Amino acid sequence: MKSVKLGASIVAVAAVAATTGYARDNIQTAGSSTVLPYATIVAEAFGENFDFKTPVVESGGSGAGRKKLCEGVGENTIDIANSSSRITQKDLDLCASNGVTEIMEVRFGYDGIVFASDIAGPSYAFTPLDWFNALGAQVVRDGALVANTNRTWAEVNPALADKPILAFIPGTKHGTREVFDTKVIEAGCKEAGAYDLFFAASAGADEAAKKSDAAKACMTLRTDGVAVDIDGDYTETLSRIAANRDAIGVFGLSFYQNNTDKLQVATINGVVPTVESVAAGDYPVSRPLYFYVKKAHLGVIPGLQEYIDFFVSDDMAGPDGPLAAYGLVPDPELAATQAAVAAGTVMGPLE
Amino acid sequence: MTDVSGGPAALPVSKPRRGSLLTQDALTRRRNAAEARFKACGAVAITLSMLALVWLLFSIISIGSPAFRQTFLTIPIELPEAKLDKSGTRDPAAMAKVTTVGYAAVIQAALTKAIKEKGISTDGLTPKDIAGIVSLEAPAQLRNHVLANPDLVGQTIDFEILANGRVDGFFKGRVTMESARLDSNIKPGQLVLAQQLVEAGIMAQRFNWGFITFPDASDQRPEAAGLGVAIIGSFYMMIVVLVLSLPIGVAASVYLEEFAPKNRLTDLIEVNIANLAAVPSIVFGILGLAVFINFAGLPQSAPIVGGLVLTLMTLPRIIIPARAALKSVPPSIRDAALGVGASRLQSVFHHVLPLAAPGILTGMIIGLAQALGETAPLLLIGMVAFVRDYPGMPIDGFFDPASALPVQVFSWTVRGDPGFVERASGAIIVLLVFLLVMNAVAIILRRRFERRW
Repeated sequence: MKSVKLGASIVAVAAVAATTGYARDNIQTAGSSTVLPYATIVAEAFGENFDFKTPVVESGGSGAGRKKLCEGVGENTIDIANSSSRITQKDLDLCASNGVTEIMEVRFGYDGIVFASDIAGPSYAFTPLDWFNALGAQVVRDGALVANTNRTWAEVNPALADKPILAFIPGTKHGTREVFDTKVIEAGCKEAGAYDLFFAASAGADEAAKKSDAAKACMTLRTDGVAVDIDGDYTETLSRIAANRDAIGVFGLSFYQNNTDKLQVATINGVVPTVESVAAGDYPVSRPLYFYVKKAHLGVIPGLQEYIDFFVSDDMAGPDGPLAAYGLVPDPELAATQAAVAAGTVMGPLE
Repeated sequence: MTDVSGGPAALPVSKPRRGSLLTQDALTRRRNAAEARFKACGAVAITLSMLALVWLLFSIISIGSPAFRQTFLTIPIELPEAKLDKSGTRDPAAMAKVTTVGYAAVIQAALTKAIKEKGISTDGLTPKDIAGIVSLEAPAQLRNHVLANPDLVGQTIDFEILANGRVDGFFKGRVTMESARLDSNIKPGQLVLAQQLVEAGIMAQRFNWGFITFPDASDQRPEAAGLGVAIIGSFYMMIVVLVLSLPIGVAASVYLEEFAPKNRLTDLIEVNIANLAAVPSIVFGILGLAVFINFAGLPQSAPIVGGLVLTLMTLPRIIIPARAALKSVPPSIRDAALGVGASRLQSVFHHVLPLAAPGILTGMIIGLAQALGETAPLLLIGMVAFVRDYPGMPIDGFFDPASALPVQVFSWTVRGDPGFVERASGAIIVLLVFLLVMNAVAIILRRRFERRW
């Protein structure tokens, strides 16, 4: 087998030698599956209307995309990483060690995260407190922490329907889960007063350690089968809801908007999630969407500057553009983003 | 039975059979019953697997077959010079300044006019609703058509445009009036209009060649998504696999089987080949990323890298059946060749290899079929991607980005728009047809050319 592999490598090297002078003329992007539909819509319109090739959009997850961006500078590395969470210091260190020093951070909009259930079932009006009391491993009863035994939504909050609690939440590898944990579960935990109890009970050495202990305890969910992690995508959550009609699933706003004939959406704090309510800041569960551009590739890869300008243009990412029609919440500060992209502003160190 | 000292009388003596051949004794009945039980188990197993297969095929075909039909509108479209070619020079470079937004307005005007001519009422529908029954892909198709034929500007042409995916779903039964009422992307009024357009002969369903030839499309236009880039990508990869693994695999197996000395090293190699054939394919993807992209500097998402990775994966799976085929050639053939004075090389290439060729080719084709259906190693080398441009002609095209058939199935199943469900199953049907053809060729080759001794 060794000889075979050697042979294959020789052939590969020969193939490389045969193509010296190969220059990439299409943009390569990779990253978040949440950003993927927006990126494909932009790429498609870009390919149609510009004299450049249609960019190639890979999925694979925000973290994987940023790691690929940081692999180095050169035509066999990607130009843009799509990300549904902010780049981390670890990524930046990796980038720096591989010579990728200048990165442009572009925030092009927001993604709303919605709770939806089967269209034929009862409708729900949740608060973060309801979610914490339904899914938290330990909840507050009479001022003390007890194990969560709530079986139905009516036990959590008498105003809710008398249906068993069953929630399909994104698995821990999803960026959506982080938003769910901090904006819903942790918020509910603080509202319930459980955070303070966890904080008091923590054995941490100092304030910071106690805080992180308390936050971790807040986000510890029940393990008795009421909260089901979905490691796949939203289509899997949708089919699980079709099989379990009492269940509630966590979706992206755009996915819900394309399946309104099968799903009904729950309100959070009385606010119905729409593009407008997320943009106005009334709907609490949302997160910014980014893409990161390798500045060293600007001017080398044809069409890269045009593509990023086009991505954040009003025609695309604006309130009347196709991205908003698909479910992207437009960034109120889009004009500032456009100026930064046009000027090629490089991101500074993370705060 | 432990007491053997009792003499011959204590030995277990099988009594001479005195039963009739016509009436079965207890033992025979038990043996026959065991056979009947085993046969019943076998029949149940076969039935279960057949049912599973039928169920699988039925669900795939029933969901996927609508992807091969698509709803189109054929309307006369006026191409006004004032809008599409302000300079009047018919120069495609100047005309390219008009974007798809401009062409969308042209289509909307043409559609509104066609509806009015047929006397169809559009009460309760905004102009945007009327335009909404047409695919977002339509302006791009019209623009490409006009830019390719600039002389058409100023004329009125009959142009066929795709209907919106939801309208198409209505004629396929996926979208109903009830679901449209709840759907934010379509209104029942638009479906009523579509129904009237069908009655007026403007809109019709026909076979969808676009599903085979078009490239992938974004989430907003499932009706325009096709397998074109994926089929080319898979085809290119199979060429690379064939060109590399056939000579390497045959040379390796001929050497190992006919020439290599039998020692510990060749034993080790043999064990390694058997093990490599069972290594999960994603491992080859990681290897491919490290060797071909990061070290050798080959481009991402390119069929050449996919083909190289699949070659590595396929090689052991080709070498094993090739060696088996060589082994099955009787030694008498070799001996006879050597006996009349042939060299070992001549005996192998004139006699053994031709006789083993059908077996080697069968193994090769089955190895290719396995490689064709492989997704996991492609994940890491950037082929699980949205690619809209067709790769170029070989050999340069091997270095252009492309997708692959199984990858297309995977990426369509995760899309949000329900229109992609039928497309994913349709892609599975196409993949299955390819696999079926390849396996059929393998069987025919074996039947036609295999020699038995």
